[in-house]
Amino acid sequence: MSRAAIVVAAVACAACSGRMPVLDPGGPQAARIATYWWIVFWLSALILAAVVAFLLHTLAHRRVAAAPASLVEDTRVERRLALGVAAAVGLTALTLVVLLVTSVATGRALRSFGGTDPLTLEVTGYQWWWDVEYWDPVPSQRVRTANEIHIPVGRPVLVKTRSLDVIHSFWVPGLHGKKDNIPGHGSSLVLQADRAGTFIGRCAEFCGVQHAHMQLLVIADQPEVFDAWLQAQRRSAVVPTDAFARHGFDLFMTGPCALCHTVLGTPAGGRRGPDLTHLASRRTLAAGTLPNTVGHLAGWIIDPQAQKPGAQMPGNAFGADDLSALLAFLGGLS
Amino acid sequence: MSRVAALACVMLALVACEREHRRFSEVAPASGRPTHVTPQPSPNPAEGNAWAIAQGKQLYEAYNCNGCHANGGGGMGPALMDATWLYGSEPQDVYTSIVEGRPNGMPAFGGRIPDVQVWQLVAYVRSMSGQTRFDVRPARSDHMRVKESEQARRPERPVTAAPSGRP
Repeated sequence: MSRAAIVVAAVACAACSGRMPVLDPGGPQAARIATYWWIVFWLSALILAAVVAFLLHTLAHRRVAAAPASLVEDTRVERRLALGVAAAVGLTALTLVVLLVTSVATGRALRSFGGTDPLTLEVTGYQWWWDVEYWDPVPSQRVRTANEIHIPVGRPVLVKTRSLDVIHSFWVPGLHGKKDNIPGHGSSLVLQADRAGTFIGRCAEFCGVQHAHMQLLVIADQPEVFDAWLQAQRRSAVVPTDAFARHGFDLFMTGPCALCHTVLGTPAGGRRGPDLTHLASRRTLAAGTLPNTVGHLAGWIIDPQAQKPGAQMPGNAFGADDLSALLAFLGGLS
Repeated sequence: MSRVAALACVMLALVACEREHRRFSEVAPASGRPTHVTPQPSPNPAEGNAWAIAQGKQLYEAYNCNGCHANGGGGMGPALMDATWLYGSEPQDVYTSIVEGRPNGMPAFGGRIPDVQVWQLVAYVRSMSGQTRFDVRPARSDHMRVKESEQARRPERPVTAAPSGRP
């Protein structure tokens, strides 16, 4: 019995903190959602306690029904019972109305955030990774990355979500609720981080075999750190001068990589896979499936289907020397 | 009677398994970076598989085949859904066209597209004019339809023209 209680408590706590905190809000939007969650929780707890107390009271004071003295209804008893039922129905309706009003108020509040100068980015869901583009009126200043979003602390971020294959759902529990990405139907949300830190996001709508490996990171930094990051991301890649890495560069451009991946400043301009211009600066590979290390990257290039069966990236049978050269080139994409 | 029905059901189930089987980590015999045509096993492993042909259909757009051949009707490149096959209609012929390229504009994709995907493309290109089995041909598109689905098309009878003819 006590063991069961511990398990229940552990499950309950798992949602409060840890990797994907729902009840540890990182910004005003998540705080509104958490507040609403607590209202629903305490109201439900109150109702449960009242019902259980009523049942216990009834059990404790049960009366053995005597044979009715007469078949004539006792109007006083009937009226009292009717009043009780009416009061219970009224209270239930009132509770539902309170919850509805609070829910609508929370939804309206979430839409009212945004400010005058939000950072705008477009997030596109693909099977099974996220494409992220930082919008700027000057096309050359736009930044494209994948599976990792950097945002400045304290500034509202307008996230436009869309999908180009199946329905996905953008969900960063520490910052906002879920928002479905529906093909052909753009939608948006505004989120804001009030403290620096890393927030984990996931696809929250089943989208195929690798739905569980469709993660993204939202990294909130101080504004000056963020600006430095954005400036670095705007730089194009340079052709390596080192002969070994240059060989890797040639393999990338003449081999299968360039057909799907973009590296800015080079002939590679494929759009089917993630932009790799600053691959080495990211923390994870394959949408949070693997940490971004040389070993994992090598394994991923050779046989992605062993790590993430069904992913759109095919295996590539590079020889050891070619692979090392390719890794040297990719390692320079910081 | 019921025994026959049960047997029929089992047969049907087995047929469906093979049709939908997803061979994620399949390595084609000449895997990796094909730069020249190698003798290929016949038939094409992707030919009888609905998933592989659906992949081929996605790749057809991802690799910009539709840039020249449109949705099969042709444009800058020849049509792929009519009965005329300039370089042959057999899987091996289509494979050669993709890997080695052809005169007058078809680029050589050898070394750029992994072999497994080339075979998926071959199966899809053949399914456009109904050369593959009816039940494995795509029944829908990922976007607005431009023509009836591959499955709804009537199989063409391939005519191989002389390569010196129309480009």
